[in-house]
Amino acid sequence: MIEALSLTKVYGGKAAVDGIDFKAKPGVVTGFLGPNGAGKSTTMRMILGLDLPTSGTVTVGGRSYQGRVWPLHEVGALLDARAVHPGRSAYNHLHSLAAANGIARTRVDEVLEQVGLASVARQRAGSFSLGMFQRLGIAGALLGDPATLLFDEPVNGLDPEGIIWIRTLMRSLAAEGRTVFVSSHLMSEMALTADHLLVIGRGRMIADMPLSELIARHSGERVDVRSADPQRMAADLRAAGARVTLEPDGTLGVVGLGSRQIGELAAERGHVLYQLRDVTASLEEAYFRLTGESVEYRAEFASASGHGVEFAWASGHGAAARAAS
Amino acid sequence: MSTQAIPVGSRLGATARSEWIKFRSVRSGPFALGATALIVVVGAWLLGAANRGSYLSASPAGKAAFDPVFTVFQQIELAQLFVGTLGVITVTGEYTSGLIRGTFVATPQRAQVLAMKALVFAVVVWTCCTAMSFAAFFLGQSVLSPAKHVGFGDPGVLTAVFGAGLDLTLVGLFGMFIGVLVRHTPAALAALFGLLAVLPIVFVQIPGKVTKNLGEYTPDAGTNAYQLVHSGAYTLGPWQGLGVLVAYVVVAAVAAFALILRRDA
Repeated sequence: MIEALSLTKVYGGKAAVDGIDFKAKPGVVTGFLGPNGAGKSTTMRMILGLDLPTSGTVTVGGRSYQGRVWPLHEVGALLDARAVHPGRSAYNHLHSLAAANGIARTRVDEVLEQVGLASVARQRAGSFSLGMFQRLGIAGALLGDPATLLFDEPVNGLDPEGIIWIRTLMRSLAAEGRTVFVSSHLMSEMALTADHLLVIGRGRMIADMPLSELIARHSGERVDVRSADPQRMAADLRAAGARVTLEPDGTLGVVGLGSRQIGELAAERGHVLYQLRDVTASLEEAYFRLTGESVEYRAEFASASGHGVEFAWASGHGAAARAAS
Repeated sequence: MSTQAIPVGSRLGATARSEWIKFRSVRSGPFALGATALIVVVGAWLLGAANRGSYLSASPAGKAAFDPVFTVFQQIELAQLFVGTLGVITVTGEYTSGLIRGTFVATPQRAQVLAMKALVFAVVVWTCCTAMSFAAFFLGQSVLSPAKHVGFGDPGVLTAVFGAGLDLTLVGLFGMFIGVLVRHTPAALAALFGLLAVLPIVFVQIPGKVTKNLGEYTPDAGTNAYQLVHSGAYTLGPWQGLGVLVAYVVVAAVAAFALILRRDA
């Protein structure tokens, strides 16, 4: 169990984390989601006693981290996977961590085996790929067989096989009753892994709810309508109480009326329809909507067309949903 | 979960063990100490051979001022470069790679981490450098003969030979604590060697008795430890000289401990 109360961290007058409250419970994977610069890593460092909160508290298993004598037996963490001396072997890196917490050497071999690095354990870590560093960092988190695990962006740099491996690992760790706290800036990844989501933006908690509820509450249904006269169609839809957005290609994004009602309305008013399509908004879109206001660094685009998912945050949510799908 | 029993042994012992594993599992330790051994021992041999001839042809005054220990130990000042650098990078290497966070996650007792890191470093470096100092002494004196040379039992010799090892160890620790304060390798090296090598020169170059006297109280005073003849600018004895260096190391250590406890990692 990780519990934060009014947790705040101010750097040079600017709040990186601004009074957040949350709980990460045992037995579930808690996703900690937010754009880059939202305060995720700062929060994780405070959980681990590396950064002192400006105000508020955060505890792991009811106690603050700093006072723990043998912390790796209770908490394991993957922070920056590259934080390894390049001249030290994977084995010696883990051995030094294990020795600091009275963990037997045989356990080092076990976790190396578990993450698939046993064959390169004696090589200097400087030659590792990012994916291998991630596996080494995960091995370090597992060393003390802890009840609470923290992973900061664990899928970064992993190949598809590695991504599936870490997903399965996190799910099984939670299934064993452990508290699993995972940060990510990728909604798509969290949708596959997390049970509960904490969404943070500009240091503030903007959502704290189960994944299913987040989808239900924030994604909403939309109907895409293509008609012969979009302007008149839009006016008629608005008159019927719908919220309508007009895309540059003439497609109308309609919220507030079902496709059946729209079809009937079109027949009544004599509209020619080319297309009437139900769009179930993706989780990605819900995320963009939630964090759209709080993205710290964004690219502004003059044109509404031809942008990819990464940059869709800056533009309308309709375009984002299509780019993501 | 937590299937493993509470570890046996003390927290302090575990921290020391961890720091020892870190020290021995990278190459910088053996490289720096190997280079130190090379310059100290080979240097003593070369300096002994070079000064044998010049002593025999020197004036009586020159012969009186001849220091058979310092003559073969002069290069220890250069060896400070390697040991000091080792002290610096032992710490800055952890900061620049970000490993320091992993260290503090495993051992939140930060003061203990720094204390055990310094202890492991001091024990290893002192043992190696004292052994080198003995080797350099015996080799240097045997090469110096038949010019003026001293034996191990002669007055001041024991102090000088142990003093050389202590001076190198203290320089290494000074580098380590400066590394904690500055955290970046180039800046820490500049600070260490600025204080160690540049500051004494600055004082020598400024004319006047006051700067001459102040010049004796730079960290370089530690080099007095391995001189038999204390003349010229250096009038501090071996233990006073080491005491001055110890004072600098203690000040740096106090600042390092205060900062490591307060600063975000």
